[in-house]
Amino acid sequence: MDAKTGLFYVFAAILLFAAFRVISARNPVHAVLYLVLAFFQAAAVWILLKAEFLAITLVLVYVGAVMVLFLFVIMMLDINMDTVRKGFWKHFPLAGTVGAIIALEMSYVLMGGFREPPRLAQAPVVPGQIVAQVSNTKELGKVLYSEYLYPLEIAAVILLVAIIAAIALTLRERKDSKRVNPGDQVRVKWQDRLSVVKMNSVVAATVAATAVNVAEEKKS
Amino acid sequence: MTLTLGHFLSLGAMLFALSIIGIFLNRKNLIVLLMAIELMLLAVNMNFVAFSYYLNDMAGQIFVFFILTVAAAESAIGLAILVLLFRNKSSINVDELNTLRG
Repeated sequence: MDAKTGLFYVFAAILLFAAFRVISARNPVHAVLYLVLAFFQAAAVWILLKAEFLAITLVLVYVGAVMVLFLFVIMMLDINMDTVRKGFWKHFPLAGTVGAIIALEMSYVLMGGFREPPRLAQAPVVPGQIVAQVSNTKELGKVLYSEYLYPLEIAAVILLVAIIAAIALTLRERKDSKRVNPGDQVRVKWQDRLSVVKMNSVVAATVAATAVNVAEEKKS
Repeated sequence: MTLTLGHFLSLGAMLFALSIIGIFLNRKNLIVLLMAIELMLLAVNMNFVAFSYYLNDMAGQIFVFFILTVAAAESAIGLAILVLLFRNKSSINVDELNTLRG
């Protein structure tokens, strides 16, 4: 048993413990913090698998952004723990049965994998060869920006949709703010802004009137 | 004893089973439900990364990349819906969410 195997067992044990605490913690804040621990251990396991870029992405994106979002939402909401925990143990027999069935079936399928390397139709592959020449990030970027460029752009659009949806769902307009409606602004015609008034020219009349006034002043 | 593919697949399977148990146990708690879904996605990603390493195929890691994207979008929208729900109902109790008569 080499050091890598030992590290894997340490990370896996902490990961499973953290996952167990996520689903069993009374306080949702504790659950989120254990979820952060679980993501860190998963990132460590991925580094063992030489997927450094994804491990760093997991820590930066998940622990740095999504989990902090979870924490903010939990602290904003006022959760009544008594009603939330009601029926927790009532569902335990069903949950335990389903979980045990899944675990047993998976372990039955996977047991062969521990004894011998997986037999493949092609020539036997030596694991970990793709990252031998260049770094994992460079390799991923090469494939991502050439072969998977179109899916990448779709993913960008999905993120944009998520941004717009989250803002549109939670946006609350203030009642007392004086703001303009952009739709009305765009649809405005010149008739709404400018009104032409027809009226007689009075310039000549005023000139005549002042002339009369001047003449009257001279007389007196 | 060196690490084999079975080690990582078993870890993913156990993580997946744990999060299924969590979904059953925390049926009343929407936030923990969302967290259990995140754990399930993590388990699936673990399988993808393990296969990518042991089969020397970069496509698995690409797929994990896209799963991470979709999962981030999903949790952002889910939490936004949760905030909206709390604003309208003043609670996130699942029992009170029967407006649709489902």
